[in-house]
Amino acid sequence: MTKRSIFAAILFSSVLILGACGAESEEGQSSDSNGSGGDKIPIEITWRGTGESDNIRRYLEGFEADFESDNPDIDVVLAPIMASEGDYFSKVALTMQSSETAPDIVSEDTFMLSSDANAGYLASLDEYVESWDDWDMFIENIKTGTTGEDGSVYGIPTTTDSRGIWYNKQVFADAGLPEDWQPESWEDVYAAGEAIKNSDSEAVPFSMNVAKANGEAVSMQTFEMLLYGTGETLYDSETQKWNVNGQGLVDSLEFVDEIMNQREIGPSLSIALNSSYGSVMTQDLLPNGGVGMVLDGNWNIGNYLEGGAAPLDNVDEILGFATFPTQNGEEPGFVTMAGGWSWAIPENAQNQEASWRVIEAMSSKESQADRAVVEGTLTVRKDSAEDSRYLERPLIEPATKALENAHFRPKNDLYPNVSIEIQNAVEAVASGSMTPEEAATSYKEAVTGIVGEENTY
Amino acid sequence: MENRNSMTDTSKRKKLSDNVKSSIFLSPAWILLLVFFLTPMVLTIIFSFTNLALTGAQAQNLRFIGFDNFIKMFNDVNLYNSIAKTLIFVLFSAILGQCFLGFLIAFLMKGKNATFRRIIGIAVIAAWVTPEVVVAFSWVAFLGDSGTLNSIITSISDIEAIAFLFEYPMVSVVVANIWRGTAFSMMAFQTALDDIPVEVEEAAIMDGATRWKIVWNITIPMVKGTITTNLMLVTLQTLGVFTLIYTMTGGGPGNDTMTLPVYMYQQAFVSYQLGYGTAISLIILTIGAIFSILYMKFLKVKV
Repeated sequence: MTKRSIFAAILFSSVLILGACGAESEEGQSSDSNGSGGDKIPIEITWRGTGESDNIRRYLEGFEADFESDNPDIDVVLAPIMASEGDYFSKVALTMQSSETAPDIVSEDTFMLSSDANAGYLASLDEYVESWDDWDMFIENIKTGTTGEDGSVYGIPTTTDSRGIWYNKQVFADAGLPEDWQPESWEDVYAAGEAIKNSDSEAVPFSMNVAKANGEAVSMQTFEMLLYGTGETLYDSETQKWNVNGQGLVDSLEFVDEIMNQREIGPSLSIALNSSYGSVMTQDLLPNGGVGMVLDGNWNIGNYLEGGAAPLDNVDEILGFATFPTQNGEEPGFVTMAGGWSWAIPENAQNQEASWRVIEAMSSKESQADRAVVEGTLTVRKDSAEDSRYLERPLIEPATKALENAHFRPKNDLYPNVSIEIQNAVEAVASGSMTPEEAATSYKEAVTGIVGEENTY
Repeated sequence: MENRNSMTDTSKRKKLSDNVKSSIFLSPAWILLLVFFLTPMVLTIIFSFTNLALTGAQAQNLRFIGFDNFIKMFNDVNLYNSIAKTLIFVLFSAILGQCFLGFLIAFLMKGKNATFRRIIGIAVIAAWVTPEVVVAFSWVAFLGDSGTLNSIITSISDIEAIAFLFEYPMVSVVVANIWRGTAFSMMAFQTALDDIPVEVEEAAIMDGATRWKIVWNITIPMVKGTITTNLMLVTLQTLGVFTLIYTMTGGGPGNDTMTLPVYMYQQAFVSYQLGYGTAISLIILTIGAIFSILYMKFLKVKV
């Protein structure tokens, strides 16, 4: 009897002790992270890390050194989240839910910003922006991308981008295509693709993002580039309704079908559906003549500059960048989607004042130009755009020109869900499991289910 | 009368104190079960009736939406597709693959030379102890365009490299899962087969039974309990396979390998609809329960 009760007592107390240990170590941890580095305030910056050739890390490391020598009271901590683009957003959303895990500064894609602001994850930056003269230097329509539905500013834009066709000049020469090439309709793209296919070149004629594994890149770099070139849009921001019946939807999917299945001028499925498609294509095949044309973002220039993943000595001689044509050459003859990233402060961040100081420094004229140069993106400050290093960057001209007919993604909480359906439709057509019509019908059903019958047209 | 009354009183009291004692002793186990098993399960059921979301305005105002998630589910073509894919995956990789193959290997190895048994055993178990992600990557490498299998095919024949993961995605993940999981069934059956007394089979041989008859009428009935337990464990395990499929095909191409766990992940963490995701997890739970009940009923075994 007594032995038994002693045993029970031990069991009980061990459970209690275990519980207490857990609580203690948690407390220990949080006090630790606050106190590390003596009196310095640690400011944790989170962005989507891409491993070895991380251009943002290269930029941030330079920034960190400068900032810390000017601001001895702040310790900038680089804390990238290594994840695919899709996973990055859910991981960030999860960390922002608690003050124990929230970073101090977070890199937000402008299309997620409004969703995350609506979810209450982000702090309003209105009071900081009001007394900040530099704010006027930011390009006006890009500011709207970081303004929430309630009219408050939730992020400071850092980069924007445009999309177009990268092409390899050697592959073009082998196929008898001009060195300065500019397609004027989708038909021109097909023609160039077939010329490469019929030439001696082994190169894949034309490539674009089609795999669900590549997430948002499929929606934005492929489908929306096509759809907005037909003159239709994904979402009517005035009536707040989604396009589910447009002929443009079918036409866009038909483009995918033509490239991948009908004319067979696309990459093999094992390249196209691979989650490492992006890096294989832009860092290996394109500079080495393994592919003729790649529909992708202008930021890939960052790969080919000094310090990038696949540096080239004279980018202009090897590669070209053409704006993407509208379907039948409708005015102004080219189209691009524009996106971009911004810095935001989570509502649960511990030292918002200090976070703002870091963002302010990152958003200075020089720092913005640094980032655009290192990363290969387009700057969002008018004065940074005049920086000589920026202007001298190869292929900057067509990339900037494309922005003249730039479209932005729908500012709607449901866009990420609709985007998934776009990816499903594109992949289904690319892999040949659905015809463009079938995929458009299934897209219509899925989107109607997401946004409700009354919000479609 | 008085005597009897006091008798029952004492036994009652004894019984009562026994109950109190046993509940005291069991309480740590109960508390652990309650905290780590029951709470998440109840939460899952509760959340499946909410609009729980990871981001957007919904994330800020969590509310009950009744059966909306389930109504949405019944109208969701992709969900039916996922259920079908899950059943195919479970049927071929768990029931026909792992259980049958595991039994076959164990049966063939019965009574064989110890060294032979050890070598085969280690080879099969090696796949099982390898982490799932590593197994998945090995298979991706093996089946890739310039992978081992295609190298062999192209070197001995004129056939062009086959993109197995894209042309035969379901077959690929089924084979990979069989390769990984068979060891478990094999070990379970080995133990059971070793426990069958040799005398029984000898007696049958004396009675003139053929080998098939012995297997069908003696061996299988004698390991029926193991078969049921093994079927159930393997089925439930396979129903939940996520890493292998997600790493090998990501549920694609299209929705060709979109089993329920992958679909659930997609809805919860890619579309940010956590509420809908939890509702899908209840479907997985239901399918698991149906399988378990069927096994118990058809094989008439008490577990």
